[in-house]
Amino acid sequence: MSDLSVANNTVTKAFDVEAIRRDFPILAQEINGKPLVYLDNGASAQKPLAVLDAMDRYYREMHSNVHRGAHTLGDRATAAFEGAREIVRHFLNAASTKEVIWTRGTTEAINLVANGLAPRLKAGDEILVSHMEHHANIVPWQMLAERTGAKVVPIQVTPEGELDLDSFNSLLTERTRILAITHVSNVLGTVNPIASLIEQAKKLGVITLIDGAQAVPHFKPDVQALDCDFYVFSAHKLFGPTGIGVLYGRSQLLEEMPPYQGGGEMIERVSFERTTWNVLPYKFEAGTPAIAEAVGLAAAINYMDGLDRKAMEAAENALLVRANELVETVPGMEVIGTAKHKVPVMSFKIAGLHPSDIGTLLDQQGIAIRTGHHCAMPLMDFYGVPGTARASFAFYNTLEEVEKLFTGLQKIQRLFT
Amino acid sequence: MSASKQQFLDNPLGTKTTLEDVLDAFEFLDDWEDRYAYIIDLGKQLPGFPDDERVEENYVHGCQSQVWLIHHHDPDSGKLFLLIDSDAMIVRGLAAIILVALNGKPARDLLATDIDELFEQLDLFRHISPTRGNGLRAMVGKIRDIAAAEAAA
Repeated sequence: MSDLSVANNTVTKAFDVEAIRRDFPILAQEINGKPLVYLDNGASAQKPLAVLDAMDRYYREMHSNVHRGAHTLGDRATAAFEGAREIVRHFLNAASTKEVIWTRGTTEAINLVANGLAPRLKAGDEILVSHMEHHANIVPWQMLAERTGAKVVPIQVTPEGELDLDSFNSLLTERTRILAITHVSNVLGTVNPIASLIEQAKKLGVITLIDGAQAVPHFKPDVQALDCDFYVFSAHKLFGPTGIGVLYGRSQLLEEMPPYQGGGEMIERVSFERTTWNVLPYKFEAGTPAIAEAVGLAAAINYMDGLDRKAMEAAENALLVRANELVETVPGMEVIGTAKHKVPVMSFKIAGLHPSDIGTLLDQQGIAIRTGHHCAMPLMDFYGVPGTARASFAFYNTLEEVEKLFTGLQKIQRLFT
Repeated sequence: MSASKQQFLDNPLGTKTTLEDVLDAFEFLDDWEDRYAYIIDLGKQLPGFPDDERVEENYVHGCQSQVWLIHHHDPDSGKLFLLIDSDAMIVRGLAAIILVALNGKPARDLLATDIDELFEQLDLFRHISPTRGNGLRAMVGKIRDIAAAEAAA
């Protein structure tokens, strides 16, 4: 067996991962008699105490409905809720809180935009996506195409898992109306060069939507610098609660788009003769919103802001470097997605083993990974696999945990031989 | 080429390998490695599965891996014979355990078998994720549907 002793790494010394782990109570438990090694962060990340406490405190001290204003609790809840919107605006560097819409998550945000852009599309128009998209950034566009006669066109991916820029250049044409593309691939970890893609799309007047679900846990986007029209993400992958996500949209486009759902909060005046819409961002927020979840997301962003971002990125990269070093200790293991610019995500297959076998047997050792198609069936087809096993790391993972993953894989392989 | 009668009759699971064999073996398997090594070995006893039977009609939905199931009702003995295949090794092993319990029985006997009790005896579900458990139930459900149809025929 190969040597899996811990590498002496100065980067992790600067970034006190053991102290950070104490902020995440869920990590300190045993699964199947072994210390939990949580490497399924790409599916959903764990929550720091700061988030748990903020949501608990919200319900204990300030809960009421928002924007109703007749009493003190209502004012407190509204202040917390709108304060959270301002924290998200700052996180994205959006120009105004009018451009920050709460949604249930990334999926709903994309559906909202697809619905809102319907009046602009006609038969023959093209919606450019990529072959590495999550189903959430394919299916809403297919539904929009169905309604309008437009066509969804996928940009090809290279065998290494990078976006094929020649394919992008040839497919971006005067027929293209929308470019909807992921910032970071959930399967491959690839960071796409979205700034230059957006720049090229802008020249042709193409509307751009960036799926940031897998990007925001690792770095901060700047929507003004990127100059995208829409940027979407979910709170639960950013160490915040489930059930809430964010749609950033350029205000001019949001103003022009029709509302998504009708109901309370999103109206200015309702009568049976004529109903008028509320102003941004409320026009897109029908019904009582996820108030505690907004507060939780804001707490997650504040928590992240308290970390040394540079050190965090270096520590995350050290995890990926170590994982890459150890691949050769597992005969037959092949990494899927070897792009130059990656977040710490490793999809892989092992010759002769089904991903579900790998997942089950790692779970026996307390190690949580994701197996399956990762809601990216077109990409699975491209690689000719039924699914992959995926280890996705967060800043609270340690080099020892990376090594446990590989010790675990070696054990599994011995079981099958 | 579809499955011949002989292929069904040659399946050792439930005939040569009996439920007692499996229960005895499980008693001595303490840790997860031994347990799963045994399950994987059982899976290797699954007979070959004809390629042309891998069609929608024989597909078992609800599993993370691909699972196929075909049957043969022997009119002479009145027994129901089953073949299962999967691309995942652990699923093959779990399928083998199901076959050990249910293969080669008259349909009415099969329907009278309490498979949940067997799983409990083997302490299988404690070690199997809910997703995998759903796959197991899907396999058993399909077998019971087949048995019910044959018993009614």
